Amino acid sequence: MLKDITIGQFFPGESIIHRLDPRFKIVITLVYILMLFTGENFICLAIGAFFTIIAIVMSKIPLKMFIKSIKPIFPFLLLTAILNILFVRTGDVLFEWRFIKITVDGVNISVFMIIRITLLIMGSSLLTYTTSPITLTDAIERLLSPLKKIKVPVHELAMMMSIALRFIPTLIEETDKIMSAQKARGAEIDTGSLMTRAKNLVAILIPLFVSSFRRADELATAMECRCYNGGEGRTRLRQLKSTTKDYVALAIAIAFYAAAIVVNIIMK
Amino acid sequence: MTNNIIEIKDLHFSYNSEDKKPSEVLKGINLDIKEGEFVAILGHNGSGKSTLAKHINAILLPASGKVFVNGIDTSDENRLFELRQCAGMVFQNPDNQIVSSIVEEDVAFALENLGVPYEEMRKRVDDALKAVNMYDYRLHSPAQLSGGQKQRVAIAGIIAMRPKCIILDEPTAMLDPQGRREVMGVIRKMNREQGVTIVLITHYMDEAAQCGRVVVMDKGKVILDNTPRAVFSHVAEMKKIGLDVPQVTELAWELKKAGIDISTEIITEQECVDMLVKLLNK
Repeated sequence: MLKDITIGQFFPGESIIHRLDPRFKIVITLVYILMLFTGENFICLAIGAFFTIIAIVMSKIPLKMFIKSIKPIFPFLLLTAILNILFVRTGDVLFEWRFIKITVDGVNISVFMIIRITLLIMGSSLLTYTTSPITLTDAIERLLSPLKKIKVPVHELAMMMSIALRFIPTLIEETDKIMSAQKARGAEIDTGSLMTRAKNLVAILIPLFVSSFRRADELATAMECRCYNGGEGRTRLRQLKSTTKDYVALAIAIAFYAAAIVVNIIMK
Repeated sequence: MTNNIIEIKDLHFSYNSEDKKPSEVLKGINLDIKEGEFVAILGHNGSGKSTLAKHINAILLPASGKVFVNGIDTSDENRLFELRQCAGMVFQNPDNQIVSSIVEEDVAFALENLGVPYEEMRKRVDDALKAVNMYDYRLHSPAQLSGGQKQRVAIAGIIAMRPKCIILDEPTAMLDPQGRREVMGVIRKMNREQGVTIVLITHYMDEAAQCGRVVVMDKGKVILDNTPRAVFSHVAEMKKIGLDVPQVTELAWELKKAGIDISTEIITEQECVDMLVKLLNK
C-alpha cells in the first residue's frame, strides 16, 4: 500500500525532451522562468505559452498530468486573482458596489497573473516529469560545482540527496512493517480522533528513527570500506554528454527570451 | 616470504564503553590465511568473530598485536585505500550497503571513489555484474530486487575493486534459502575461478562445511582451526560453546554414543547415506 508512492513525479519516456542533457534542461527552465517574469504584456505570455505547448507536445506526456500539477496551487491562483481584482483601482470602472470596485486594469492583471503562474508551474513540471530525481541531483551537482571554490559543500549535499532518494523506498517498506507489527500488538493507528492518531504515530516513528540511525551507521562503514573519501578525485560512471541538440534547445529558449524582451520594449 | 595473504599476530582488542570497564573482545588471536584459501569463521554471538573481521579491513585497529593484509600493516594510514582495495568487505544487511538507486552505479561506487577512468570503470562494472549474474538488472533500482539479488549486487560492488581477498560478515543471515544458495554459489565461484581468498563469517554449519578450512572462535579466542571434517568431529566441544554441527555429523555422533561403530567424520548427506548402508549390510 505505502509502496506505491512514487518518488518525485518522474514520467519515464524516450522523447527528445527526456533525452536532453539534464544540465541544459535546468538552464533552459531558468531561462524560461526569466522569460515569464520579464514579460509585461499578453504578447509576451503568448510567446511563453507557445514555447510551453511545443515543449509539452514534444515530451509526449499526457496533458492531464500537467492539469494535475496545477491542481494543488489552484486555491493560491484563485486568491491572487481575487486580491488583484479587488485592490487594483486604476482604469475604467466595470462594476461598483459599496466599497467593491472592479476595474478593467484589475481584471487584466488577474488574468495575466493566472496565466503567468500556470505557465510557470507547467514549464517547471515538465523538467521534473522528464528527468529522474537522481539525474536531476547529478546535474545540479555538476552545475553548482564552481561553487566548490568558495567552499560550498556541493558534492556532500548531492551525496546526501542521492542517499535520501535511495532510502525512501527502503524506509517506506520499513514503515509498513512497523505498522503491521504495532497493529499486531493492538495499536490503533487508523482509528480514533485526530489527536489520538497523532499520538499513536509515535509508536511508529520511534522505531523508525532508531533503525534509521543504525542504517546510517552501517551505510557509513560500508562506504568507507569502498574507499569513500569525499568528492575529491572522484570519477563518474554516469557521463553527461552535451550534444548539438542540447545547444539547439538552449538557443531556442534564449531566442524566445530575446523575443519577449523585444516585445516588451516595443510595447512600452 | 610466505604466501600468506592475511597474517594476524597476537591480536588484542577491547571496546570502550562509558559506564562499564572496557571488555576485552579479542584475546590474543593468531591466524594466518593463505592466498586462495576459503575459510569459514564460526562462533557464537559475542565470540568476537565480527570484530575480528573488522580488523582485517582496518575498520577497527588492534589495541595490541598486528594485522597484515598482503604485506600491508592495517595501522598504516597512508596505505588505507590500498588495503581496502585489496581486502573488500561485505556485510549482513544488503539494504544498508547499497549507496545508489541504480544497480550499476552502486557497483561503480568504489571505482568512482578511487578515481578509475571511465572506460576501465565501465568494463570492470560490467565484468563484476556478469560474475554475480546480475548484468540483466544493471539499470534496475535496488528496491525492485530480492534480498539475494541485492546481496549479489553488494558483492559485485566489492568484486569491481578486484580485491585479492573478500571478507563476508554473515552475508546470508537475512536471506531466504533461495537467496542463500545464490550468494554461496557466487562466493564459491569467485574462489574457484578467480582464486580470490574468501573469509566467510557464518553461523550456518552447512555453509561452513563447504569451505576448505574452519576456524572456530569462542570468547575472543581461536579454539579450533582445521578442515571442516576434523572440526565437526569435535561434536561435544562444539555443543559446549553453543554451536551446532551439521545434522549428519550429529546423527553419526549420537549413533556412536549409542555404541554403534561409525565414524563421526562425515559432513555431507551422501557420506552419511553410504555409511549407513555399509553399516546395515554388515
